[in-house]
Amino acid sequence: MKMTRREFVKNNAIAATATAAGVTIPGIKDVLAASEDKIRWDKAPCRFCGTGCSVLVGTQNDKIVATQGDPDAPVNRGLNCIKGYFLSKIMYGKDRLTKPLLRKTDGVYDKEGEFEEVSWDEAFDIMALKWKQALKNDMLANKGKAADEITSTVGMFGSGQWTIFEGYAASKLMKAGFRSNHIDPNARHCMASAVGAFIRGFGSDEPMGCYDDLEHADAFVLWGSNMAEMHPILWTRITDTRLTKKDSEVHVLSTFKHRSFDLADNGMVFTPQTDMVILNYIANYIIQNKAYNKSFMDKHVNFKKTTTDIGYGLRPEHELEKKRTGTGGKLSGISFEEYAKSVEEYTLEYASKLSGVPEKNLLRLAKLYAHPTKKITSLWTMGFNQHTRGVWTNGLMYNVHLLTGKISQPGNGPFSLTGQPSACGTAREVGTFSHRLPADYVVKKKAHRDFAEKIWELPEGTIPGKPGYHAVLQNRMLKDSKLNVYWVMCNNNVQAAANLNEETMPGYRNPDNFIVTSDPYPTVTAIASDLILPTSMWTEKEGAYGNAERRTQFWRQQVSAPGESKSDLWQLMEFSKRFKMEEVWPADLLARSPQYKGKTLFNVLFENGQVNKFKKQAVMDDRGNQYQNDEMEDFGFYPQKGLFEEYRRFQLEGVKKGHEQAHFDVYHKTRGLRWPVVDGKETLWRYAEGYDPYVKKGEGFKFYGQKDGRANIITAPYEPAAESPDAEYDLWLSTGRVLEHWHSGSMTRRVPELYRAFPDAVVFMHPEDAKARGLRRGLTAKIISRRGEIECQVETRGRNRPPKGLVFVPWFDAGRLINKVTLDATDPLSKETDYKKCAIKIEKA
Amino acid sequence: MAKNINKVIGQDAVIKKGWLLAHKWLLLRRFSQLSIIGLFLLGPVSGIWLIKGNMSSSLILDTLSLTDPFVFLQTLFTGYLPEMTVISGAVIVALFYLIVGGRVYCSWVCPINIVTDAADWLRRLLKVKTSLNFSRMGRYGLLVISLVLASVSGMLVWELVNPVTMIQREIVFAMGYSWLFIIGIFILDAFVSRRAWCGHLCPMGAFYSLLGRVSIIKVNAINRDSCNDCMDCFAVCPEPQVIKPALKGNVSSSPVINSGNCTNCARCIDVCAENVFTIKHRFIN
Amino acid sequence: MSSATNKTLQSRRRFLENISRAAGGAALFGIGLGLYSQQSKSLPSTAIRPPGVDNEGDFLSACVRCGLCVRDCPYDTLKLSRLGENIALGTPYFDARKIPCEMCEDIPCVKACPTGALDPELTNIDDARMGLAVLIDQEACIAFQGLRCEVCYNVCPVRDKAISINRSHNIRTGKHALFIPVVHSSDCTGCGKCEHACILEEAAIKVLPTKLAKGELGHHYRLSWEEKDKAGKSLVTPDIEHKYNLPEGTRYDYEGEGLIQPESTPFNESAIDRQNKGSL
Repeated sequence: MKMTRREFVKNNAIAATATAAGVTIPGIKDVLAASEDKIRWDKAPCRFCGTGCSVLVGTQNDKIVATQGDPDAPVNRGLNCIKGYFLSKIMYGKDRLTKPLLRKTDGVYDKEGEFEEVSWDEAFDIMALKWKQALKNDMLANKGKAADEITSTVGMFGSGQWTIFEGYAASKLMKAGFRSNHIDPNARHCMASAVGAFIRGFGSDEPMGCYDDLEHADAFVLWGSNMAEMHPILWTRITDTRLTKKDSEVHVLSTFKHRSFDLADNGMVFTPQTDMVILNYIANYIIQNKAYNKSFMDKHVNFKKTTTDIGYGLRPEHELEKKRTGTGGKLSGISFEEYAKSVEEYTLEYASKLSGVPEKNLLRLAKLYAHPTKKITSLWTMGFNQHTRGVWTNGLMYNVHLLTGKISQPGNGPFSLTGQPSACGTAREVGTFSHRLPADYVVKKKAHRDFAEKIWELPEGTIPGKPGYHAVLQNRMLKDSKLNVYWVMCNNNVQAAANLNEETMPGYRNPDNFIVTSDPYPTVTAIASDLILPTSMWTEKEGAYGNAERRTQFWRQQVSAPGESKSDLWQLMEFSKRFKMEEVWPADLLARSPQYKGKTLFNVLFENGQVNKFKKQAVMDDRGNQYQNDEMEDFGFYPQKGLFEEYRRFQLEGVKKGHEQAHFDVYHKTRGLRWPVVDGKETLWRYAEGYDPYVKKGEGFKFYGQKDGRANIITAPYEPAAESPDAEYDLWLSTGRVLEHWHSGSMTRRVPELYRAFPDAVVFMHPEDAKARGLRRGLTAKIISRRGEIECQVETRGRNRPPKGLVFVPWFDAGRLINKVTLDATDPLSKETDYKKCAIKIEKA
Repeated sequence: MAKNINKVIGQDAVIKKGWLLAHKWLLLRRFSQLSIIGLFLLGPVSGIWLIKGNMSSSLILDTLSLTDPFVFLQTLFTGYLPEMTVISGAVIVALFYLIVGGRVYCSWVCPINIVTDAADWLRRLLKVKTSLNFSRMGRYGLLVISLVLASVSGMLVWELVNPVTMIQREIVFAMGYSWLFIIGIFILDAFVSRRAWCGHLCPMGAFYSLLGRVSIIKVNAINRDSCNDCMDCFAVCPEPQVIKPALKGNVSSSPVINSGNCTNCARCIDVCAENVFTIKHRFIN
Repeated sequence: MSSATNKTLQSRRRFLENISRAAGGAALFGIGLGLYSQQSKSLPSTAIRPPGVDNEGDFLSACVRCGLCVRDCPYDTLKLSRLGENIALGTPYFDARKIPCEMCEDIPCVKACPTGALDPELTNIDDARMGLAVLIDQEACIAFQGLRCEVCYNVCPVRDKAISINRSHNIRTGKHALFIPVVHSSDCTGCGKCEHACILEEAAIKVLPTKLAKGELGHHYRLSWEEKDKAGKSLVTPDIEHKYNLPEGTRYDYEGEGLIQPESTPFNESAIDRQNKGSL
């Protein structure tokens, strides 16, 4: 016993040393040698979460040698969290990829071969070959089909970490070029439920409020969000308000105690999935006590009900899917009275019984929402979103705010936070989802496709009308050989997607498929692929991100990327040069735009007079510094500017209002602007008179995303989780993040200090649960689900203190892939995976 | 003695008994010293833990605890009564040396003996004549001082500088600068004063010599009548003063080397071509 | 005969000379050694003793430098000091910045100690006092600047007792609270996880020997609120009820806020409040 423990530790120590040794930072010595005044400083948003802190990046000799929080940025006022503190080190991991790597045997591509360095030419040659085969098959299969019937075997998995330009270019390349809607961002795992509910409720994606709510609210309620760790800087703002504002209060709800409970005046640990019960109880309480805002409801709200018993987004042959009686999210109108009746059963006793939260805590929470004057900001992240009823639950939250009219006002509103730096800016606003087009347009509607085709100067019927495969479905389709060529960019889905053993790996290693991954580092996804493309990151390219409060922030390229690394944008545009239009479009489509005959995809998509509108120019700041722009150098025009200005046409020329962004050049002169930007003015609170330019005087509020300007209160019942603990698998598993590491850890684990601060994933569990299984703190546990198992050390004294019956495992550790264990059940509406609930058992390893 | 000047010591014995027999005890001692160190190193090197700790205190097969009685004595002098484990361990070790001879520790266990023997060998090879003469009593002074200081300061003061335990420890754990002490002792013995460390200074040896006064197993000049006065035994003996009373005493005197300072190294047996010496319990005359 | 006597005398004299020379040399050496030992008693601040050492002096009297604790440490935390390391030679210690103590529940190092130098009565590792963590550089610690770090707090195995987070208003930004780690000597075991994990180039939080780290209140003074807590009541009987001359609607809270004036109106004129007013 002692021997194995010692060996275990020693092995780990060796691994740790190797990791630490593998990440020596070449830049650091330079700083010491350098004189401070030779450092060039410029601004950029932080590379990590959706908060959108601004940092100043110090460059010298083409290396980032230092960073500092940006003192002039309104979000963070010079502050950073521990990850932001180490931004200057994330690009300099010793194992940065610098050349394309292709699996080969005896000098030729072989799916089962070993990775060998190849040139970009060779990489794109084999890629184009595979893509052309797939496109040829697609054209055969689609012969004679209308736009809304066509299918594709070409797929792409993108990112909420793409720059706005990259997301836009990728979406255009896929939907217009390859005529495939099988492009989805990793934001599907993160924000899709929020998107679904915003669209259903308000007809327009993204929060109405902004971070100023954090100073204006009297009370904060966290629903399934551990902001203390995941949005560290926003949490300091909530904390400061709590400390300085008289009678302010903080309520925290979660399925386990975490760091945010430290500040909670009312902390509540509820049984997984019963957040729906609590939300319906609050609505019921408000109605029973007539605390609703009648005049607001009369003028601004419609009542709807949604189809119920809609399954769990599993494969159709799964038992749970066979049992369901409903499909989809069809809404039908109901009266207020019918709505009131639908929540009647959610009494205090019932809510307390199901949720396990004491009645007095629930009552206090309900009274807070019912309070006539207290301004409440409700915040959530993955607790609501990664939920098999995510769209419903997000909606139930809106119901509470809409019943009381506590919305779209300083300090009042439901606020869904984001986990990625540009989940909003890129994934959502640009519309890199399988069903979306830029600026809230969707592929399903012909008018929207027509509008996009007009802007993109494409023949009618180019864009397919059927929503493509979403993230989870992409993995299933890869496994089923329905998707054959697949490009993964700027994400680490093999570490993220649930049910790795049964759904992800089989697809990646399916001999029918060719998988390409673009990444700066050899992530588990890269290693599972057939071709790896070395990719520039963060300030190695010019970029733009949009944070959770609709703030669009730009940065200039600061340094060169190492070796032959190229940005995602360069890769997308350069790859398009490999295709003649005849190879991607059928003759009948091409016949409608004969001017494109003989042209390349690059000519049609990017040399269309818009994207290449801005000639090569010097990128200067107002302090006289000049910056490089590698893409401009390579293509001979300013692609970022051209793409952004073309994208803006979606915001300015369509029927949908309220998505306007400012001109490209303006953003380089600001620490970001919150859209819609109309007449040069930012919008802080949408839908409210005085704050939103689209709400006329006297209207008070107008939810103009909906045709009649009214928001929807949508009733939805509590429905159980897809998988709950039983006699054999007797524990709930929840997964998530920790403060020190960001997402899959591919960047933060390469910073030695962060690695040392939280080296390996542990299982946080209740000491009595551990004891009952012969475990204690520091021993190794086996975490087993019906799908897979991993081993990690037990932590009973950690920052997270789960109740009995639930354990928490963070997912940042590539050496302990918890997604072997998690279940790929999704919200059938948003298609977002529920990473917070599945049944497991734990044994002593 | 003059006739021996150009002769290699023990040559006669080699010729008469053969090389192996003329080095039997030396080889056995080296084997003993090295295998003890080896046993201590086996754990950290291979993970097989037959014995843990070091010569100050150790644990054999996770059951038998042994402690050096000199270190134990110092601890007692600090005024601290250690746990029973240590007391019993020290008693066991002390009893062992009371049987086999006190300074058997020096010649069969302590690795420094290899260093000082090597220094003496070099000294003889290079025919170094200079020898700073100082008293063999110094070690008893140091012994007293080590105990007095322990008592006065309440800590194991001698262990702060004790080269013996230091070197043993650093060989087994991790080598610090104690190799300087190894070299220092070597140079001292080889070039400054013959048998300076083990024979004159080491209070540990002094302590064990006290046990040796009453210990049972002894070297016996049983065939002292056969002595041909080749003087080889004197030349190799680290404590040559102990031989004379037994070898050259009058008929009524005991042939047993009774001095506690005899280390029972048995080198005299090896180098004696006439088989004068043997190892016996002390009660044989 | 006389020459023989002379010889005896001479040899006696030589013997006495030898003895006195040896004694003199040894005594001189002893004095030097004694002085050196005094210096060795002060442990360097980077060296932390294993669990179960309450007093350095007692420890140095009991430890026989056998290294059994080092051998049984499963995390390779403990080392034996070597020549040149300025720590009492051969004694076990650890450098928290390199490998901290993992606070094993079964405390194998203490179990291994044959002499009791590591106190065998220590059975709950939480009771260990190896040293005391001190947030020694508040200028370098980024938490004091408002950055969100708290790594020391997060790695602390006795979190919330040994290290807690003190939240306070950030005057510089006006809206981002500071999250300041505070160490409590009552519960800090000195395991050094905080020092090890500190993300700075040079740790701002360090484990020091308790003696070096700990201040002590003057024996002539008591902290009244603690005494009150201890007694469970005021040491001197609280006041009879106070009464005040006050305008109508105004109260005076003797124990808490002081003067409490009525709020002018529960509603301000924001649109949402107008809406809410309308509904009630």
